[in-house]
Amino acid sequence: MRNTRATQPLFDLAKPGRRATRFPASDVPDVPLSKILPTTAVAATLPELPELAEPDVVRHFTNLSTLNMSVDTHFYPLGSCTMKHNPKRNERLASLPGMLDLHPYQPEETLQGMLALLYELQQMLAEIAGLPAVSLQPAAGAQGEFSSLLMAAAYFRERGERRTKVLAPDSAHGTNPASAAVAGFQAVTVKSTPQGFVDLEDLQAKLDEHTAVFMITNPNTLGMFEPNIKRIAEMVHGVGGLLYLDGANMNAILGICRPGDFGADMMHFNCHKTFSGPHGSGGPGAGPIAVTATLAPYLPAPLVARDGKGYRLDNDRPKSIGRVRSFFGNVGILVRAYCYIRSHGPDGLKRVSEHAVLNANYLLARVKHIFPVPQGDRCMHEFVASAAKLKADKNISAMDIAKRLLDYGFHAPTVYFPPIVREALMIEPTETESKETLDAFAETLFRITEEPADLLHEAPHTTPISRPDEVRAARQPIMVTPVTHESPAPTKKSES
Amino acid sequence: MPFLLNTPEDEQAMLAAIGVASLDELFAMVPGDLRLRRELAIPPALTEIELTAHMGALARANVAAGEKVCFLGGGSYDHFIPAVVDAIAGRAEFYTSYTPYQAEASQGNLQAFFEYQTLISRLTGMEVANASLYDGATAATEAVLMSMSATGRAGHIVTAASVHPEYRQTLSAYLHHLEVEQTTVGTPTGAIAPQDLFDAVRDDTACVLVQHPNFFGCLEEVERLVQIAHDKGAMFIVIADPISLGLLKRPGDYDADIVVAEGQSLGNPMSFGGPYLGIMACRERLVRRMPGRIAGQTVDRRGKRCWVLTLQTREQHIRRDKATSNICTNQGLLALRAMVYLAQLGPHGLREAAELCLRKAHYARERLAAVERLELPFARPTFKEFVVRDRDGQVASLLGELAANDVFAGVPLATWYPELADCFLVAVTEKRTRKEIDALAASLASSNRKVAPAHA
Repeated sequence: MRNTRATQPLFDLAKPGRRATRFPASDVPDVPLSKILPTTAVAATLPELPELAEPDVVRHFTNLSTLNMSVDTHFYPLGSCTMKHNPKRNERLASLPGMLDLHPYQPEETLQGMLALLYELQQMLAEIAGLPAVSLQPAAGAQGEFSSLLMAAAYFRERGERRTKVLAPDSAHGTNPASAAVAGFQAVTVKSTPQGFVDLEDLQAKLDEHTAVFMITNPNTLGMFEPNIKRIAEMVHGVGGLLYLDGANMNAILGICRPGDFGADMMHFNCHKTFSGPHGSGGPGAGPIAVTATLAPYLPAPLVARDGKGYRLDNDRPKSIGRVRSFFGNVGILVRAYCYIRSHGPDGLKRVSEHAVLNANYLLARVKHIFPVPQGDRCMHEFVASAAKLKADKNISAMDIAKRLLDYGFHAPTVYFPPIVREALMIEPTETESKETLDAFAETLFRITEEPADLLHEAPHTTPISRPDEVRAARQPIMVTPVTHESPAPTKKSES
Repeated sequence: MPFLLNTPEDEQAMLAAIGVASLDELFAMVPGDLRLRRELAIPPALTEIELTAHMGALARANVAAGEKVCFLGGGSYDHFIPAVVDAIAGRAEFYTSYTPYQAEASQGNLQAFFEYQTLISRLTGMEVANASLYDGATAATEAVLMSMSATGRAGHIVTAASVHPEYRQTLSAYLHHLEVEQTTVGTPTGAIAPQDLFDAVRDDTACVLVQHPNFFGCLEEVERLVQIAHDKGAMFIVIADPISLGLLKRPGDYDADIVVAEGQSLGNPMSFGGPYLGIMACRERLVRRMPGRIAGQTVDRRGKRCWVLTLQTREQHIRRDKATSNICTNQGLLALRAMVYLAQLGPHGLREAAELCLRKAHYARERLAAVERLELPFARPTFKEFVVRDRDGQVASLLGELAANDVFAGVPLATWYPELADCFLVAVTEKRTRKEIDALAASLASSNRKVAPAHA
């Protein structure tokens, strides 16, 4: 039933002479190009793009889309990525012309609705964080981390301190050490205890006057709330360092507790996770940061400010680290986050976290007999199960389970992360799944463990492809369609 | 709650299965003294009807540039977006999917990334491209970081003053803590003088960063500039306008090492500056230093052609602090839009769009130059943007007067270039008509002068 012809590479589908978009004829006086542009600047040929008609384009991409799993079509328990339902209202409201067709340099008087929205979002995020100052500019969580580390550097520079180290637990997202390195710090790993918490002795041993920041994810990547968080904050502050909260897992604690209250000096939000921006195959996201009053002067600019005349962009921030991208930020995602928060209100946000945690604990309770969870029988919004015993007993790996789940119509959990759990299956159901779905998923997991190992090694069996050769892709990389004789050069432009 | 599925009965059954009495008990691992003992102080929930009304009011408090006559540019442009782009990008299977970690469940996204990379590489004349970065500014910054690691020269870089000021600010923020020396070459004629670049580039310079067409809309003498950079072993990084590549020589054809661009022009709405996408393409020898996602072609266990994320050992989730960058997400949805746009326009469509921008901008330039109060400070050839000087030095009131009549006439340059405080930047896309351009010239000619002209 699949239309495999339509999904051939675009250049194979192309045919000289096909056209889709045409533009109106020029309505300004015709001047020879050579009078406007130096001939050395002009390309000798047309751009190398495929020649297609609109039905080609529509059918090609529509058929490609059907080769994906997505939140709108499947349960997607991809831990740490928080693949929850994307409310349709947000899409419609973010697409209003008065939201979408705004130029970043149009006069502020013509942007009062947008600036009011962004101002209110700054305030709501500050309240949720328990930290008073917010910049909406960072384009993604990782950029929020990076911006915060630049702020820490600026803060210490102004105090005349040269601090070189950024600490993060071994369970941290890879972005933490990577951000530290890009910001010019030395990344130092702190060990976790067998329970997955920060090893306080190791932390103590690594904290010193060179420590700029300790980055912690809480709840952590094992889905556990760090019980010593207040003690950790005191230890970090005790050596003059700053505590950074990676907000990737904020969906577990909305309205329950606040990073500012447990000692964080800085944090980022992942708007696309916590406040349900559509992930669009990997982006766009948005990574606003919230900080203490002490650090507020260093926030990336502009912020939205309000005075008697209305709302304006505040660029007059002499201690700011500057800007970390062009224009204001990923506004389209921020608008969706605003709509999400306004749809829920204080009680609704708390219910979101409660049900994210309820669903995760329920699923954990259902699967723990087969898939032991090394961290115990309670979790926050996600948990990390281990297939290590299955691997030892039946030669079934976490990857085998992940691949076989696809046959049953479930997206796979995150596998082999965090690296401190063997044969890890990191499962995050989110609050927008039903008990029935969770039951079906758990039963499918059990069923898979009863299947012959050989069947699983070759899974998936029903997907368009199965077990791609990733080693070959990396050793002999093919990253673009090679130019072949079959992809004809575009037809010459008519001289009309 | 509109998006929760558990009924009160479900909730009770689930709590029982877990072995706890209440939802609150689930949070036992959060120390009691850290619990928030009050409601969040945010506004109460709105129903969809109420939220729709509220958002409608906020939207109406803005003036939609796309619905008025928009001559604003400077890195964000009012280009036409074919309906096909919205129709495809709105498909839920693209819209609500995630990074293709499970290749079998993501062949649509992976093939789309691969085809995007193919189109970008053909458009720029480079061998490889990644599957997008945050925006043009961060793409330019990442390119500079790449050049520093590829050349082993981490101490000095050269940029042109005609590179978008916000891109240079982003670069400075990223480089500040690394203590890299930056030389900015002035562009008093609207573009770099080759001799000035020659004087600025040293034997330890990692790269020369140039925008072409540049922030002022002017073309740079790229072929001479690239020679100067390469003669001293520096890499040449070009920030391109992707629409201009429908007409102008490809950076690969004049020997650039890395090409970056803001991809907003390719089928993405202006959206008050974001989300946009950073385009990046480079020479094959640099690919292992390139940040971001890359889709690669391979075969599956049955020998069938397929696609996967590849060269992941460069990335933060594998290499952690040794990664090429800290970038984790990409701008997949916007890259999809850019690709559908390019496929829909094809070679002839992109050429037409580029030519229309060029011709209309050229016409506008001549019409505005003929207004007595105005003059063109730069004589260099331009593409779709150009700088205009108000000889009365009343840029703010002039632009304000036109904006009040629903014409966004240009971007004032005073914010970034004190020496051009009497100037503004005018952009003309294929959407502008001769009538609109004529009306702009007429409005500018008839606007109130602070000082009455000495001659009629």
